Amino acid sequence: MTEVYLSYNNIVSSLGFDSETVVSNIHNEISGLQLIDDKEMFFKSFCSSIINQKELNNSFTSIAVEGNFTRLEMMMITSLNRVIQDTKIPLTKNVGLIISTTKGNIDILDKNSKFLEERAYLGSLGKVIKDFFKFKNDAIVVSNACVSGVLAVTIAKRYITQGIYDNVFVVSGDIVTEFILSGFNSFQALSSEPCKPYSKNRTGINIGEVAASVLVTKNDTNLAKEAVAILGDGSCNDANHISGPSRTGEGLVRSVKLAQKEANISFDNIDYISAHGTGTPFNDEMEAIAINRLGLQNVPINSLKGYFGHTLGASGLLETIVGMHSLYNNTLYSSLGFEEIGVSQPINVITKTITKKLNIFLKTASGFGGSNMAVIFKKINMTSK
Amino acid sequence: METLKQELKENIIEQLNLEDIAIEDINDDDILFGDGLGLDSIDGLELIVMLDKNYGIKLTDPKKGRAIFESIKVMAKYISENRTK
Amino acid sequence: MNSNYYISSFCSIKNNTISLNGSMVYSNENMEFLEFIKAAYKSLDTNYPKFFKMDGLSKLAILAAHVLFKNENINQDKDNDIAVVFSNKSSSIDTDRKHQKSIENKDDYYPSPAIFVYTLPNICIGEISIKYKLFSENSFFIFENFSAQHLLDYANSLLSAGKTEKVLCGWVELDGNQYEAYLYLVTKIGTILHSKENIIKFYNT
Repeated sequence: MTEVYLSYNNIVSSLGFDSETVVSNIHNEISGLQLIDDKEMFFKSFCSSIINQKELNNSFTSIAVEGNFTRLEMMMITSLNRVIQDTKIPLTKNVGLIISTTKGNIDILDKNSKFLEERAYLGSLGKVIKDFFKFKNDAIVVSNACVSGVLAVTIAKRYITQGIYDNVFVVSGDIVTEFILSGFNSFQALSSEPCKPYSKNRTGINIGEVAASVLVTKNDTNLAKEAVAILGDGSCNDANHISGPSRTGEGLVRSVKLAQKEANISFDNIDYISAHGTGTPFNDEMEAIAINRLGLQNVPINSLKGYFGHTLGASGLLETIVGMHSLYNNTLYSSLGFEEIGVSQPINVITKTITKKLNIFLKTASGFGGSNMAVIFKKINMTSK
Repeated sequence: METLKQELKENIIEQLNLEDIAIEDINDDDILFGDGLGLDSIDGLELIVMLDKNYGIKLTDPKKGRAIFESIKVMAKYISENRTK
Repeated sequence: MNSNYYISSFCSIKNNTISLNGSMVYSNENMEFLEFIKAAYKSLDTNYPKFFKMDGLSKLAILAAHVLFKNENINQDKDNDIAVVFSNKSSSIDTDRKHQKSIENKDDYYPSPAIFVYTLPNICIGEISIKYKLFSENSFFIFENFSAQHLLDYANSLLSAGKTEKVLCGWVELDGNQYEAYLYLVTKIGTILHSKENIIKFYNT
């Protein structure tokens, strides 16, 4: 079985425009969330991590000479550009491109947008990114709710294992828009303060925006220092409800079991869990139940939503990348926003940044449509700090 | 109150897309959620929007919603006491 | 790695006609999409009241799945190990526009959770998973045009990696009154080869 790796990576966010800066901020428990009072964007103030437009423009003009790009495209191109530069791989027919997003350029549907509606189609987004970098293959766009980011990684793995590509660049992104804020608000799921995953007084999610990119490859030479191998993955639908998670965490439990079976490891080998932890009453409770059903309640666990909010189609990849750095740095990062435990079953939430020898981590994600994903990653660089 | 109850039944059928249910099928005391009319959590959120849009009542705690939406009779009583439209 | 897989059944919904394995099962011209799909639902004895809460894309997907799975004798009372791999061009744009409209006018601002929940293309997969108890893999892809190659490669990769017993592949597209659904089931045993040629042949049937 071909071993597949995640290698060079990049994050463009309100905590920085490169992975190291972002991870360093997380290490120091600095949140990218802030209270935003902008009546043009949303009728009430909301908590979010928004990328600074000026900074984005500056970063972007150093790579793009001309052209008319949307905000999301600028974020994604900035992020992916850094990874392509770092890998130095020529973009041949053996190189794939996967894009993951939930809503893409949805702000174009707003009547004040200067872009034509056809640009809002996700295929257009794929074409813009493909053409910018001159990929030989059309972009494969994945839009599968909030598991998209980590699903994209497993799709890349499958393409590589099938022998269709040797290397795949994955770029994920979503932006904060009134479209999304109003939707989650109608679900009574939006919190007006920083989210508190797994906590007693949690009141809901924050929406954030991020672009994240990674190289998925079968080539074990020239890997990034924080590279990981994908040991196993599982994805099982809850088959229960289109928005609420299964009360028994059935889909998530099955997903983790499948991932573990493919990884051929014991559950004891899992050193850290990077969970979904959105801060809603139902999601966090479901995860706690699933974790206990799996016997993983003592494994250190965090949610990174306290640093960025929920970045939707990018969250799975963003959080996976932080997990990679977590392993390389042998550091468990605090589950920011967590206060008193507020789920019915015990879980071992990381409450402050601590160093610990780490080898293998489990990434989980869940999303609307009953989707769930679990992927197990292993550190490659055994001489890491 | 009878007009309000009729109106509620019409609104619920329309708002919640209960196309295969007729007004006559809904009794004033029928339990709306769970086994009764089979409404689910999204329907509950829709009813909160309906309370605001049609009757000017803003419910900030969705948990209170379940008690208010127990039956047409209970809903009508709550609305007639709290409506601002 | 390159085991042979087979196409077991296929269903198409286009031009106000529903066909199963190339034979018409329902047709009703001169109707707009929504009217047509509701009429088809009633005529085909679908008997699934949740249908009426779904958006257009999910109505289209669930009806196609109903016709195909009925033919396959899929039992709704037990788990079915069938992965779902869907694709389209427009994502959920039809419903996206409805949600956007509900937030355009600040004086009449009542976004609907029942509409918002359908502003993701994979929800239609969720609806099928619920009805047929598919605790399985699912992914939704966006392409500018129907891509037989991608569906072929991806379904093959799931089957050869042992991720699933069967794969329901599809192109489910809705944009205003333009709509099209094409679903087919890929299995490990059968007679019709799961190949790019056959996928395209049945797509054009």
